[in-house]
Amino acid sequence: MQKFSGFELFRRALGGHKSWQPQWRNPEPKAEYDVVIVGAGGHGLAAAYYLAKEHGITNVAVIERGWLGGGNTGRNTTIVRSNYLFDESAALYEHAVKLWEGLSQDINYNVMYSARGVLMLAHNHHDEISFKRHVHANRLNGVDNEWLTAEQVKEFCPPLNIKSMRYPIIGGALQRRGGTARHDAVAWGFARAADSRGVDIIQNCEVTGIRRGPSGAVEGVETSRGFIRAKKVGVSAAGHTSVVMAMAGLRMPLESFPLQALVSEPVKPAFPTVVMSNTIHAYISQSDKGEMVIGAGTDAYTSYSQRGALHITAHTLDAICELVPQFRRLRMLRNWGGIVDVTPDRSPIIAKTPVPGLYVNCGWGTGGFKATPGSGHVFAHTIAKDAPHAINAPFTLERFRDGFLIDEAAAAAVAH
Amino acid sequence: MLIITCPWCGARPEVEFRYGGEAHIARPADPSALTDAEWADFLYNRTNPKGLHAERWRHIHGCGRYFNALRDTVSDFFVTTYKAGEKRPDIDASSGGSK
Repeated sequence: MQKFSGFELFRRALGGHKSWQPQWRNPEPKAEYDVVIVGAGGHGLAAAYYLAKEHGITNVAVIERGWLGGGNTGRNTTIVRSNYLFDESAALYEHAVKLWEGLSQDINYNVMYSARGVLMLAHNHHDEISFKRHVHANRLNGVDNEWLTAEQVKEFCPPLNIKSMRYPIIGGALQRRGGTARHDAVAWGFARAADSRGVDIIQNCEVTGIRRGPSGAVEGVETSRGFIRAKKVGVSAAGHTSVVMAMAGLRMPLESFPLQALVSEPVKPAFPTVVMSNTIHAYISQSDKGEMVIGAGTDAYTSYSQRGALHITAHTLDAICELVPQFRRLRMLRNWGGIVDVTPDRSPIIAKTPVPGLYVNCGWGTGGFKATPGSGHVFAHTIAKDAPHAINAPFTLERFRDGFLIDEAAAAAVAH
Repeated sequence: MLIITCPWCGARPEVEFRYGGEAHIARPADPSALTDAEWADFLYNRTNPKGLHAERWRHIHGCGRYFNALRDTVSDFFVTTYKAGEKRPDIDASSGGSK
């Protein structure tokens, strides 16, 4: 792998930048792998990377129906935070935040992780007591989160209108280590780092079936480019998880919904942090490119269409216009949808399945990007050891049968 | 926004309706006779198909009644709607639908 550094940039500049090589190979699929990961999004690529790096398993393929990072990895609103209420969730997301903090160095790729803070606004008494409960629970779990008064909110994020609105801001919860990262760079960085350790990333290759042997165990995957034998298969297919798992005869506690986002035209730096408001459904940050990145809600119905209705985005823009009046003059550039797989308790499933050799990482719902490195890390552990890491041990498929739901109301910072 | 045909009121915009999830999931007659896995399957597991989906809608800002619909989850086109209690029509996704 050609290492990226300031010195390399300078050295290759002398040659007119003509000596850079492609960042990953585009190999033909081999007949057999130790592990096949289905889905080359951030979570799948991260799992492949950690399989190679931490477990020495390099005979790995990541199979992708479209192009890598073209699903929810390239469609989310790039927020990172870990201020979840329950112990299980806090441990999982905090694990991810700790990996985010060193990720650019670890994979030698600038993922532009920017700990600019995540501010959740309170507009009523219920918000206030709920957020304070989160702050206290987070502190007990070693996760930073603090309560700000309305004046402190205004000081931390001056563009906010805190008073002259229908639901004035009475305070907020701030996680200073939260922030944003560039989602494309996360996919590309993990792809490059995994590829350099021998992982094959096979794009434009759709999985059409999961082959099981006489004992029921997984033997490999049927794809649009032929059968690929595999000792273990890890499914990391986000909104399409139900479809892929049905190929192995499994029914999942999942429903897939369109989740929309949109961006404004790019402007100079005008918004210093990430702001979310559950009560009025606003969700906004500014990308390094200058666009205001706005998260809208999910549509009401299950769908695989990757688009949603305009009234969903209009609803969130109403809230943005009241929250930050100066943005009323911004024009919106693009909006799009991604298909998110939602579990009944709004917590993910990272686990073994009843099918030997088949593993699943799904159910991230409306908030999976923030967990990308941590999710890949524990999923790799689960596949390599055929047993969960302590952090993802509670996130089983069987918790629904056994009644150990992780009913994480904070999973969505804004209601969906 | 979807245009949804209520079997009682006719075609109306989506905002008049509330989505009710997968249709034709009958509550088990004797829940205590079920295993935990069967009960969890009833409560939590869903077909979530990519293609034709039988689902419930409620015309909450209209007649207030529940009804069922067959919708293609790839195109979001409604193939048909029918009254609660009626059997799922034997239609496949290729039959077009209301556009």
